[in-house]
Amino acid sequence: VTAVATRLNGVRWTSPRAVGVVGIVLGILAFWLALPPLHTRTTVVPVVVGILGIAAGIWAWSRAERRVGGGAVVAGVLGIVLGISAAQSSVGKLNQVVVWSALLAATLRYATPLVYAAIGGLYCERSGVVNVALEGMLLTGAYFGIWADDFSHNWVVACLVAMAAGAVMATIHAVWSIHLKVDQIITGTAINFMALGITGYLFIQHYGDNGTPGNIDQYGIPDIHLGFIASIPFLGGIFGQLNLMIWLSFLLLILTYVFVFRTPYGLRLRSVGEHPRAADTVGISVYKTRYIAVISSGAIAALGGAYLSIGFVHSFNQDMTSGTGFIGLAALIFGKWRPFPTWGATLLFGFSSALADRLPTAYGNQWGTLFQALPYLLTLIAVAGVIGRSIGPAASGRPYDKQ
Amino acid sequence: VTDDSRDRRPEQGPPDAEQALQTGPDELRTEEAEEAPQPVVEGIPAVRSTLFERGRGIYAFVGPIGTTVIAFFMGGLVVLATGHNPLRVYRAIFDGTGLNWFFHVGSYSIRIPFSTHKVFFWWDTSSIAAQNLQQTLLLATPIILTGLAVAFAFRCGLFNIGGQGQYFVGAYVAIWIGTTMAHLQPFVHVLFALVAATLAGAAYAGLAGFLKATVGAHEVITTIMLNWIAIWVGSYLFGQQGPLQNSAQKAIPISNDVVEGAKLPVFWGLKLLQGLSIGIFIALAMLVVYWIIINRTTLGFEVRAVGFNPEAARASGISVARNYTLAMAIAGGFAALGGACDILGWEYRLGPGDIQASEIGFIGLAAALLGRNSPLGVGLGSLLFAGLINGTSDRQLDPTIFPPELAGNLTTIIQGLVVLFVGLNLGGLAMLLRRRRRRRPS
Repeated sequence: VTAVATRLNGVRWTSPRAVGVVGIVLGILAFWLALPPLHTRTTVVPVVVGILGIAAGIWAWSRAERRVGGGAVVAGVLGIVLGISAAQSSVGKLNQVVVWSALLAATLRYATPLVYAAIGGLYCERSGVVNVALEGMLLTGAYFGIWADDFSHNWVVACLVAMAAGAVMATIHAVWSIHLKVDQIITGTAINFMALGITGYLFIQHYGDNGTPGNIDQYGIPDIHLGFIASIPFLGGIFGQLNLMIWLSFLLLILTYVFVFRTPYGLRLRSVGEHPRAADTVGISVYKTRYIAVISSGAIAALGGAYLSIGFVHSFNQDMTSGTGFIGLAALIFGKWRPFPTWGATLLFGFSSALADRLPTAYGNQWGTLFQALPYLLTLIAVAGVIGRSIGPAASGRPYDKQ
Repeated sequence: VTDDSRDRRPEQGPPDAEQALQTGPDELRTEEAEEAPQPVVEGIPAVRSTLFERGRGIYAFVGPIGTTVIAFFMGGLVVLATGHNPLRVYRAIFDGTGLNWFFHVGSYSIRIPFSTHKVFFWWDTSSIAAQNLQQTLLLATPIILTGLAVAFAFRCGLFNIGGQGQYFVGAYVAIWIGTTMAHLQPFVHVLFALVAATLAGAAYAGLAGFLKATVGAHEVITTIMLNWIAIWVGSYLFGQQGPLQNSAQKAIPISNDVVEGAKLPVFWGLKLLQGLSIGIFIALAMLVVYWIIINRTTLGFEVRAVGFNPEAARASGISVARNYTLAMAIAGGFAALGGACDILGWEYRLGPGDIQASEIGFIGLAAALLGRNSPLGVGLGSLLFAGLINGTSDRQLDPTIFPPELAGNLTTIIQGLVVLFVGLNLGGLAMLLRRRRRRRPS
């Protein structure tokens, strides 16, 4: 807290950057004012607040803060559009969709697979290996998790099997990109295809048309019921009944931060990703570090897949991850390869998924189908540089030749 | 114009870039080239467009054939491991492709187009195998075109995995124009639908290229996101109460049928039984167009220069941003044309179910990589995958030998294995090994 306070003291509130950030906040505010519990019924309020946000953005833009300024302009425009559409629809429908505690709880549920994917990707990319195979690793974890759970009726075993399966997939990626020096994006794409084919094949072979058994939820990863929080009005709705894996994802974030940025091992990992030759010179084994990083990345991502199948939806379908791994990768880029900003990005994408999930309840399935595109659209806008370019680990994607 | 630009070319590109393209990267792959800073965009580097230029001569064929053999062998192991006989399965798949048509040579006749005359022909054009072959070629059409979408972007150093979404955009526009505007002349109608679909796909993919060029958003992520956006927008358009849902039966989520005048002519087989439309000729023509653009135009030269080394291209006055955008737009045009050919050639209607099930764009990716982005290679790779898909479809494959649902996933596994091993570049490997062997005695 003191660190945040000192940092805030150092910020000049009239600096272009700060004004830009205020513009982004105003853009969000424009939308939020029209939602419950405030329910602004006139369209004037969101328009005025949004225009203020855009103005702040343009001001910041003209003073060379292009990223933040551009972000504020986009946020302002979106805030106006969404605010007007919210003000136009009926209060009943809005109340049906926007139940903040339920919406935020759903946000956490949708964000968790993204967190595991993104953190898996963080280890991999920090070591200098690009991982577009996160999607396939999630899917592998999802299938093998539910298969092992059905087999053993024990979710701990299921998670371990899922992690092992993800690690096997990641091992292929590691051998191909570290020793064989194949283009890492192509290898990653190949692993995505193989994961799709293998899980689909085994799913049909093992479960056929009946699908996965309906009693999986009895053996799935348990929810944690916190009685003392559940009685608190707002927080209870969010944190009262969350899956164990969601709490573990918080732990994973903290551990990842400590490991990567506060331990010598993390320093070695980062140095291998930034300048492998220098790391090699001081005696760090580049290959060994990369192998460990890639394989653990697969295991972590697969854990997210296992949460998806046996902690969240309690069933499996072919291609059930539907781009989750890629959104996780986008969150990692959006968060500039750092755990907590990445977590913020996953929450943003998770929120859009949660919103897309709840909107059909009030606006009908026809619009609901269209809203399914929302998380992808938001990801597209995010990577298109609302925050701007983010520079990744320098050696990312380049195989290392030992000398 | 072309003569002029060819004369001016050495001035535009410095001699070393020109030489690099002519002699191939093989000779230039020195330590300096490895160590030269590659522009890192968003932490994901550009694909190496020179990846497939390593095997030369006979070795150009070693890689793709070796890759195919390995992929099918490993796919066979999966089949074996799950208790089926891989040889019987592959035999059944092959019989379904219709490629066995070529083996039954005899004395038959064929009708000359636009007349009633019949002349001697070696093959029976109306046998079952011929019908199967029509299906395979029908499938090869969009695979070639989505394959070209991958190949063209690849030559510019871009990895376009959005062929699927671009294909959908083309299909949607083709449906929209094909089901409306019935007053147009048939020829004009078809042409308009094809051109509009191509332009729409070009705009859709060009967006990804533009974002890459301006803000550095990596194309792998943007094109995947555009794929999903296209899928859900399509599910909305043709779903229940969607704006393009059919006007007759509101309970069925499917579009109207394309009007007669907007359908591509079927030249082999019966229209009712999904005969082969002239779409295949469009696809083959595009293979030639691709070759011409890449090898015989200034644009192609610039695209290859950017793909080979963006920094060197920029230093020699080539606009990298412009080429990224253009290359993606042209790639998207190819893929969208594939979608339009499918709609106007045999599908004639589209529903959310078709959209969710389609994976043509990803098959095209595997075909293009297998074919090392060369026109001939893309064509042959597409034929291989079209045969595989047709042979494993539930219409062709006998379920007692191998369940078609499993076979569909087997196709995906083989596709993944192909992409995995194609990156290994077996042809280049074989060539290196031989060179090493030759050097050793001296």
